[in-house]
Amino acid sequence: MTTGSLTGTTALAKLALRRDKIMLPAWVYVVVIGVSANAYAFVKLYKTASSRAALVASGQDNPALLFLYGRLNGTSTGALTAWRYGVWGALFAALMSIFIVIRHTRADEEAGRLELIGSARVGRQAPLVSALAVAAVANAVLTVVLCAVLPLIGLPAAGSAALALAIGTCGLAFTGISAVAAQLTSGARAARGLAIGVLGAAFLARAVGDSAGASGPAWLTWVLPLGWTETLRPYAGERWWVLALPLAVCAAGVWVAFAVAAHRDYGAGVLPDRPGRPAASALLRGPFSLAWRLQWGALAGWVAGYAVLFAVCGAAAKGIGQLFGTSSALEKEFTRLGGQSALVNAYLAALMLLAGLVAAAYAVSAVLRLRSEETEGRAEPVLAAASGRVRWGLSHVVVAVIGTAVLLAVAGVATGLGYGLRAGGAGAEVGRMLGAGMAELPAALVIAGIAIAAFGRLPRAAAAVGWTALGLVVVLNIFGQVLQVSHWLLDVSPFTHVPRLPGGAVSAGPFLWLSVLAVSLGVTGLAGLRRRDIG
Amino acid sequence: MANAIEASGLRKSFGQATALDGLDLSVRAGEVHAFLGPNGAGKTTTIRILLGLLRKDGGDVSLLGGDPWRDATTLHSRLAYVPGDVTLWPGLTGGEIIDLLARLRGGQHDPKRRQQLIELFDLDPSKKARAYSKGNRQKVALIAALASDAELLVLDEPTSGLDPLMEATFRDCVTAERRGGRTVLLSSHILAEAEALADRVTIIRAGRTVETGTLADMRHLTRTTIDAELSTPVSLDGLPGVHDAVTGRSDDGVRLRCEVDNAALNEVLSRLSAAGVRTLTCRPPTLEELFLRHYSERTVATVQ
Repeated sequence: MTTGSLTGTTALAKLALRRDKIMLPAWVYVVVIGVSANAYAFVKLYKTASSRAALVASGQDNPALLFLYGRLNGTSTGALTAWRYGVWGALFAALMSIFIVIRHTRADEEAGRLELIGSARVGRQAPLVSALAVAAVANAVLTVVLCAVLPLIGLPAAGSAALALAIGTCGLAFTGISAVAAQLTSGARAARGLAIGVLGAAFLARAVGDSAGASGPAWLTWVLPLGWTETLRPYAGERWWVLALPLAVCAAGVWVAFAVAAHRDYGAGVLPDRPGRPAASALLRGPFSLAWRLQWGALAGWVAGYAVLFAVCGAAAKGIGQLFGTSSALEKEFTRLGGQSALVNAYLAALMLLAGLVAAAYAVSAVLRLRSEETEGRAEPVLAAASGRVRWGLSHVVVAVIGTAVLLAVAGVATGLGYGLRAGGAGAEVGRMLGAGMAELPAALVIAGIAIAAFGRLPRAAAAVGWTALGLVVVLNIFGQVLQVSHWLLDVSPFTHVPRLPGGAVSAGPFLWLSVLAVSLGVTGLAGLRRRDIG
Repeated sequence: MANAIEASGLRKSFGQATALDGLDLSVRAGEVHAFLGPNGAGKTTTIRILLGLLRKDGGDVSLLGGDPWRDATTLHSRLAYVPGDVTLWPGLTGGEIIDLLARLRGGQHDPKRRQQLIELFDLDPSKKARAYSKGNRQKVALIAALASDAELLVLDEPTSGLDPLMEATFRDCVTAERRGGRTVLLSSHILAEAEALADRVTIIRAGRTVETGTLADMRHLTRTTIDAELSTPVSLDGLPGVHDAVTGRSDDGVRLRCEVDNAALNEVLSRLSAAGVRTLTCRPPTLEELFLRHYSERTVATVQ
């Protein structure tokens, strides 16, 4: 590090905080509300130990739930909260950190903004340090707020501190990881993808470790940051020393990032930029092929993630039937409710709902590519050429629709394969689950339609509208029942109207009107695009 | 021949801010028309309206005989555009983007012409756009426009990132295009460029046209700058049409510098020759001077 390499850090950090004045509180809010609303629901709805028993029983041995939420360390409401939202809260904190760090390092560098800043009296390391500082502040605020809110709900203070710290330090660990990712690639999208890939690997490692059972590779829970949320054991005899692990990852990441940043050129990554074709292939010839060219890389990443995640999740479904084997009373009750196949179906249906919600997130991001193409000035050369606005708009919309359909098909097929190969009848399962996955498509496209309509009618608010719609639907469909949200509010979400497949009764009605709704939203947006100013 | 671009009384505002306030612009087919104005005068807004990217609030505009908003797509196959701030897709190479832009316009480059231009502008077409400098990004857009067979080229400050050598190359290309019968609308604040290339000029300020015509027309309205070394002192006091006269002593004579309205030139020159001219330079005002005078006078007028 050369002298003065930190000059200007404070000014840059202030600038970053100003630029993020809406995004940061929103992230913190989402995580805090997510965790504390669940804690509140557990405290209110599961007052007695006996009322918690069924939940505990379902959580202790069911590989599917172990896979999704992690290990259940105790039977108190605190332990239930930590189980249900510890890993997911940590996941959100990690995502927040990734977005903050990449946005203020590699994304600014790629856009050329850091060049202007770097020419001022600003040290070489100042942008990186300020980005890390902002991420650290965000995680600290998140930790402190959770630490304060959870005891107010009625959970023990020590456990609350442990859960808050588990989530906050996971955010810090990914702050370090994304600092490294930002140094490796020359493009911000690739850097973000790399860090999210590590996050996905962390989720899978702990999911496999948790659900593998006694004979399986349980050590996998210990390997990467997300698992440490469980091994810290909040509300269940806290192992405080586990907090040293994410902090060490953070420190190591920051150290590596500094070492690389001190030696590399401005704008360059460590991974090389290969030269490309000197002329376009015959395939790149219009707005549609351009949109495909711009988006296929991201879609390929999503497809790979979906394939792995849902194959493993599907395989985990086999264990569900063994759940109540120990208690004959419970088993009777369980058989009355439809038996093992009903439980497996419920799990698979929940998995497909998850696939639908996440595919809707993909669809929103793919649609909003239109807006970033517009604001970054890349729509102009396309629209100044002889491709009409609707064709340009449709080009990205088509990619979004096809991508969403592909993701849902992959989710269905992967789940079917994963389950079928373990439980038998892979062929039938694949067919059945493919249908169940595709059933989510119209609902996911309604969310995409909202983003298209916003892009056409309220371009400045397009990203806010799109992501808010998605966030609302996620909250309603994932936490709605735990929170005992009223039925008409649940009905707002298009996913509420999709039959729960496999197992549920199918009728054409919902698919029809959801599709009509999605198409009319899309048409509204494209009609708005025809009439408004560009830029 | 009909005008390639005809705009009158063009208005556009963004919320409270008025960008265009009754702008007039007419570009004849086959001419190179310079569109001049300081930053923020409304050049880019005008061009975006001409391209149908923005919708005008008022006034009339026609482009190649059509309505730029309604007939955008069909008109765009007949023009090529180089934006002022060229942003490209970071993951595509320069060569790919050149071809893509041609295909988006519905045409295909003549491969020989494409190769010729790439060599002329010294561009590496296999590099990803991410790695290009501003000048190189501009070259990509320029090559794509120049290699096209569009009848109208709309160039928004096309040389702001080019080095002087490339700027000269650009000028040669535009001159060749004009000989080939293409119409060029060249927005610029680089006056030497307009001076070297343009048949006619439109000067705008604060969203309004302040002057339009050939450079010769405009010079007629303005003054000639005279630098002279004389044997004996001369008095120009009280002569109408003489401005900012400064005299000084040289080694063994008198030095004079003044600006003269063209109507008073004859009288001034006869007085100078009577005083004994040793050296004399008369030059037309540069566009820079026209420009400065225009704006400084306006500024004074507004202050008053």
